[in-house]
Amino acid sequence: MATVTFDHVSKRYGPEVVAVNDLNLEIQDGEFLVLVGPSGCGKTTALRCVAGLEEITDGQLRIGDRVVNDVAPKDRDIAMVFQSYALYPHMSVFDNLAFGLKLRKTPKDQIKRRVDEAAKILGLERLLDRKPKALSGGQRQRVALGRAIVREPEVFLMDEPLSNLDAKLRVETRANIARLHQRLETTTVYVTHDQVEAMTMGDRIAVMRDGLLQQVGSPQDLYEHPVNIFVAGFIGSPSMNFATTQVDEGGLKLGEARLELSAKAAQVAADRPRGSQVTIGFRPEHLELLNGEDSGVVKIPAKVDVVEFLGNEELLHADAQGNEIVALVSSDRRVKVGDLIDFALPIDKLHIFDPETEKSLTA
Amino acid sequence: MSATSTAVTSAKAQRSGGSPIRGWNWMASLFLTPALLLLGVFMLYPVISTIVLSFDRGLGNYIRLLTADRRFLDLSTFPPSGALFNNVLWVVFYTTGCIFFGLLIAVLATRVRYEPAIKAIVFLPMAIAATALGVIWRFVYTPDRDTGLLNALLGIFHLGPIAFLGDTGWVNTALIIAGIWGSVGFATVILSAALKGISTEVLEAARVDGARESQIFRRIIIPMLSLPISVVAVTLVINVIKLFDLIYVMTAGGPGSSSRVIAFTMYQEAFPAGRVDYGAAVAVMMLVILIPVLIFNVRRFRSERVVQ
Repeated sequence: MATVTFDHVSKRYGPEVVAVNDLNLEIQDGEFLVLVGPSGCGKTTALRCVAGLEEITDGQLRIGDRVVNDVAPKDRDIAMVFQSYALYPHMSVFDNLAFGLKLRKTPKDQIKRRVDEAAKILGLERLLDRKPKALSGGQRQRVALGRAIVREPEVFLMDEPLSNLDAKLRVETRANIARLHQRLETTTVYVTHDQVEAMTMGDRIAVMRDGLLQQVGSPQDLYEHPVNIFVAGFIGSPSMNFATTQVDEGGLKLGEARLELSAKAAQVAADRPRGSQVTIGFRPEHLELLNGEDSGVVKIPAKVDVVEFLGNEELLHADAQGNEIVALVSSDRRVKVGDLIDFALPIDKLHIFDPETEKSLTA
Repeated sequence: MSATSTAVTSAKAQRSGGSPIRGWNWMASLFLTPALLLLGVFMLYPVISTIVLSFDRGLGNYIRLLTADRRFLDLSTFPPSGALFNNVLWVVFYTTGCIFFGLLIAVLATRVRYEPAIKAIVFLPMAIAATALGVIWRFVYTPDRDTGLLNALLGIFHLGPIAFLGDTGWVNTALIIAGIWGSVGFATVILSAALKGISTEVLEAARVDGARESQIFRRIIIPMLSLPISVVAVTLVINVIKLFDLIYVMTAGGPGSSSRVIAFTMYQEAFPAGRVDYGAAVAVMMLVILIPVLIFNVRRFRSERVVQ
């Protein structure tokens, strides 16, 4: 097991395209780090740099204490799970799992023992004689995982390993991978574009955008204290509501409505020049229907456009002074389309962002 | 429920033919007749009449062909000689040569930017008629250093001149090389297309798994190309068993009969020599040799379909 360190790592394709821009990131020994971001953000490139499948243009990449910039993939002691699984189609499941060990001239009895062990962990015992063609998507995925774990490498690299599975299998496999990591405690770098996967699996999450690292932290940290509008909008589902407001005496004005602030938010607003604009953000699940006069909440008036009933909860799409917002509320009080209601937002759940720099003022 | 089952039954009846009682579909027969007639007159009849013709002297033609005709098969020397043995040489060396160089060029070309240009050049001889190809290579092999490219090259090292096409020891090698030059483009194009079909992630997975480039080639690429390689091999084998034009143009079977092949013998016996029945027997031999290859081909395609 080992740490993985990105030390000012950049990857450029030609002079124009910067896939990874000055990435600094240290992945701890045994940690499960998720690299997340929209497609084209450089997360897969960063992973491929660790694998040695891409040469880095600048900076230094270390696995453990060893600088691996010029080390071939085969000598990096890493194992990778590909999005398409990349199984060897002409080999049986056993041979797929054993291939890496055979190349390392591992003794036959040891190969058999390790393959059987991996097969048992992943429930592949009965499939060892089959060719990949005769396996279902979920089974192939497990073979791909198995091929990585038999090698007992220093680092696991996973490139969107769940994206080809159906929704149900994805949830199942997500839990399996998490369990596997708890058991093996191998340093894992996991790439996904799915923030739910990132939130549920990662010890820490690194959010990337346009080749730049935006924020690294625990899932809770990212959820509660996003450093900018991008991270705030990317993490959490349904995603955060944003609205433009004007700074007013001791509070903010959302269209005609005045938002009374207190605590840190009030301080932030007070520091801004009166009349200037700030972007506020609040999560749909933090909005509640106002019950009488609650204290410590921001009151947001809105008109309901669409009601999506989800069972015990409902998703309300509403218009708050010209801003489209979404609220996830209990379905006890049946709200109807066209209702004029007041949402209550706990004051500590309000995020304020600088509209110019998009950086958080409350984090 | 009963309505559904009736519908299913009648649909089955329709599928197996309009009137299932008599088991004969007149409409289908009508449509089949022209094709069957054409096939019968132009394919089946010539085959049968050739076979009949070859038995003109009972088994005499075949006995002579396999035991007495040293130009067809001579096992008394070592290595054996004769048209049949020459054809074996062609099958072995021409086929492996084409596949070896085809694969080599395909693999190397995928790694460079000017791949299309390389493939176009290698494929170019495919566009040349075999007779023209024969003429070109006759010039290449000419002993005269002013016209013969190869001997001119040898001259630089003070070697030769060698009469490649006039020397019984050289003639088959020289012909097979010319043949490979003409067909390697075919193997290259098909194998290079197949090579492109191998997902790069599979190759990367092997790289991460610890394989060297040579191991990737041997243990991943070659096995994954086994089907296209066998397609190319079978096509080349069938072509080479029927080989005629190149021999006719370059050596006319000579010197003596040392570069004859089966198809050339068939022509030589049936037409210039006028022994039509003997020529027919050679043709039947050729058919007999081709049948296993064809069966292999058909079987393989069937099994491929089952797997898919």
